[in-house]
Amino acid sequence: MSKWDRRRVLKGMVKGVGVTVALPLLDYFLNDNGTALAQGAPMPVRFGTWGYGLGGTGKLFVPQQTGRDYDLPEELASWAPIQNDVNLFTNANAFPDASPNRNHYTGWVVSRTGIAPAAGSGPSETIDLTIAKQIGNATRFNNLTATATADARDTYSYYNASTPNAPEWSPLSFYQRLFGSDFQDPNADEFEKDPRVIARRSVLSGIMDQERSLMQTVGIEDRERLDQYFTGLRQLERQFDQRLTKPEPIASCVPPGQAPADVPMDQSTESLKLRHQMMAELMAMAVACDQTRVFNMTYSAAFASTIRPGYDKPHHTCTHEEPVHEELGYQENASYFTRRAMESWVDFVEVFKNIPEGDGTLLDNVLILGTTDVGYARTHSIDGMSVFLAGSAGGKVKTGHHVDLNGNSVAQVGYTALQLMGVDTPSWGTLSNESSEVISDVLA
Amino acid sequence: MQQYEQCSGGTFRVFATGMLALCALVACSPSDPNPEPEIAGTQALTKLITAEQYSNSLAYIFGPGIDAEVQFAPVAREEGLLANSLATAGVSGGQVQTIQSLAASVASQVMDVENRQYLIGCRPENVAGPDQTCATQFVSRVGRLLFRRALTDEEIATYVDYASDAAVELDGTESAGEELDGFYAGLEVVLEGLLLHPEVLFIIESAEPEPDNPEQLRLDAYSLASRLSFFLWNASPDDELLAAAESGDLQSPGGIERAVDRMLESPRLIDGMRAFFDDMLVFDEFKTLAKDPTIYPEFTSVTAQDAREQTLRTIIDHTLAQGKDYRELFTSRSTFMSPALAILYGVPALPGWTPYTFAEDSPRAGLLTQVSFLAGTSHPGRSSVTLRGMALREQFLCQKVPEPPPGIDFSVLTNPDADYPTQRERVAVHLETPSCAGCHRITDTIGLSLEQFDGAGAYRITENGATIDATGSLDGFEFDGAIGLGEALSQNPELPRCLVRRVYSYATGGPPGNDARPALSYFNEEFAAQGYQLRNLLRTIALSKAFSLIQSLIAEETL
Repeated sequence: MSKWDRRRVLKGMVKGVGVTVALPLLDYFLNDNGTALAQGAPMPVRFGTWGYGLGGTGKLFVPQQTGRDYDLPEELASWAPIQNDVNLFTNANAFPDASPNRNHYTGWVVSRTGIAPAAGSGPSETIDLTIAKQIGNATRFNNLTATATADARDTYSYYNASTPNAPEWSPLSFYQRLFGSDFQDPNADEFEKDPRVIARRSVLSGIMDQERSLMQTVGIEDRERLDQYFTGLRQLERQFDQRLTKPEPIASCVPPGQAPADVPMDQSTESLKLRHQMMAELMAMAVACDQTRVFNMTYSAAFASTIRPGYDKPHHTCTHEEPVHEELGYQENASYFTRRAMESWVDFVEVFKNIPEGDGTLLDNVLILGTTDVGYARTHSIDGMSVFLAGSAGGKVKTGHHVDLNGNSVAQVGYTALQLMGVDTPSWGTLSNESSEVISDVLA
Repeated sequence: MQQYEQCSGGTFRVFATGMLALCALVACSPSDPNPEPEIAGTQALTKLITAEQYSNSLAYIFGPGIDAEVQFAPVAREEGLLANSLATAGVSGGQVQTIQSLAASVASQVMDVENRQYLIGCRPENVAGPDQTCATQFVSRVGRLLFRRALTDEEIATYVDYASDAAVELDGTESAGEELDGFYAGLEVVLEGLLLHPEVLFIIESAEPEPDNPEQLRLDAYSLASRLSFFLWNASPDDELLAAAESGDLQSPGGIERAVDRMLESPRLIDGMRAFFDDMLVFDEFKTLAKDPTIYPEFTSVTAQDAREQTLRTIIDHTLAQGKDYRELFTSRSTFMSPALAILYGVPALPGWTPYTFAEDSPRAGLLTQVSFLAGTSHPGRSSVTLRGMALREQFLCQKVPEPPPGIDFSVLTNPDADYPTQRERVAVHLETPSCAGCHRITDTIGLSLEQFDGAGAYRITENGATIDATGSLDGFEFDGAIGLGEALSQNPELPRCLVRRVYSYATGGPPGNDARPALSYFNEEFAAQGYQLRNLLRTIALSKAFSLIQSLIAEETL
């Protein structure tokens, strides 16, 4: 937050949160227990992911103690304010099995799909989109995906090997997409159906009627691609429908009053932190306003190109080439980058924690999966990997634990997340990464 | 094969009419010393249009005043080109929403009070309600250009009905504080729908039997027009090309030659070739290229954009305006200069872009010494001999440098870094370690000869106080410095062959398979015979059977 005046960016939001907490008006929207919307529907549990590149520095990253109230090693020192809101899983493996270990790739792909990618192949459907199929269609956006890196290529979310889920990379356009002219404030006094939306929807239906005849003009593989496009059009149709329906009021929803301004787009850690904070706040408020129930944030890519001003190597190159500091015994700059990443993870969790919802906070009703691509940064190993889970998923999760996964697959955490999100599948992943047991240490 | 051997060998022994008929079948002429070999052709593809192609097509239809800038999801680079993966790339739901926003913006600009009188092409009898005649005229004209084919009567009637219904519903309603005119508001909604139609976003190629040889498939006329137009202009076919497809002229004798020659003479060829070289030279990286300002304060985002522009201007001028030998791009001292670049190059600055020739004693000549290559293949804070060597091999010689093997003990690399003054000593460890040396030997010796240019592309003769040794080698050629590297590259037989390979795969939409070897050999020979001129290469490829024939096996499935 160093140079960033939050009020300049999200004045309405910050101000609004305070007002919401203070007013007894809340009671109007909630049931007697304050845990559900007045209409009787429970607070929906939403799912998010957060990703960063290049793991950590061994013992500086992995606590010695397990269970609750564990020690926070140097690289996790920033976690203190959120330690009790997060579960930390360490000492996990991303098993490549018969596939090659693809640097910077196999690790995060297994963490998010349970499947080691074959040579030359992209990821299969990632966990966020599996969950979005189940819970994403009730909202304006099936999912929201953003990257703080200012690079439109940096995403950890894939529909399939050839369809990355393109992230929003500019805080300004992210704001406009979420809270621009198409945003319907659920708490607005007035609601009028826009006749242009009715007309648009009608033309769109006409185009979708052509699906069958168009499919017949292409081969099987291309049919899948066109089908995916028509799925996108159906999402658009649902979006139009929602704009023609008066939304239910949501007390936690306080849309930001101003668009982000003067956003630096360079690769310095400082600018990255700022962009990440802006986009995290926009994203969290979009979740609070029930614009989406699935969200993804990329803090840094696996080949992270973040720079420390004055130091000549970007993060990824640094992990390869920086000498181990003779006195400290580790790569000082590589560790610097990891520490900054962890600070932004804390920022991310805190923006959800800062938005009140029901009798708690938004964080109580989300589950956020945090992943990276390697275990030990310097060797790019895919053993000793860490995964995070933040939030209590509507009370189903007890948080604040450090769990040693004893060399089991990182996919165990993904499987646990799927079960918590209500995706009923007997197992997840393939070969050595196939997981069929939830990690019971964190179940409430 | 026999057929064209006969053709080239027995020129004067057959009657002229018989000769012409035979040659028409095998695409050669009596004087053609190097006829095209028979090949199976490529596949009929369904390609995702790129954001630039989409914008360029809209600029042709509605004029350059319409703002249609958009970014689509990045696609993967496959065998050196982004264009190679457009036939497999999908579109996510979020992307569809982005396209819808753009479609709404473009439709609203077209129907704007200021623009409508020029862009609609007709006036309704009454702006307050439906006008079937004018709406039909607009939908059929614009729909044909957007869909790259004539719309059917049924399609036109459907869209005109939507426009009419919406005209009634929307007349007099308010948008952004202004009262809408029904006719234009109705047409706007329909145009928005057309702009996000799958047939606009996907270029769906289809095949038909060749009339004289029904077992062989070829692109149908509309698909051929699209393949030509996206190849040469990076945009949809224009009215004239679609007309040639509709009348049958495009596939009649001499028809494709007329169309291709017109396209090669059009200024739009520059847009097309800029897009090709943008892709081949990995200039998509320039959208995010930045340098550490504390190390290279003179390198700004303007420098990065100008560096890309300088190289594209140099290439277009050299290959298309001057019609020079492609290989000389790597030794030529002629370029263009902008004020932001002049600072880095250390030369006098004039306003705007001006032609510039490096002096004979300058350390710079050719594309490899331009800032785009030097800075684009460096780290934010320093040069990289490995990245430079790798880029040269991958971009200009079509060679694949393998990724580092997994599980490397990187600690062997950590020791020398801080203590040795120049890159030569620092990277020496690459060559001493067997698991690294295999690949680094083919990259680092190239990059070391460019070490007299720092990570921003500025000239230097020392690093950390030590004089830089810029000796290097490339495939048996040894030299001292960048000038020698450029000369060695220009003489490398793989240089023109790589361009041929890239142009052909760019033109047809996918990496060439083994069955394309005869065609590639033919293109290589023609390229050499015609003095390595780009325009001739484009013509040879565009007119070849390898460009327009479709492989039966795959195509049958799509029919």
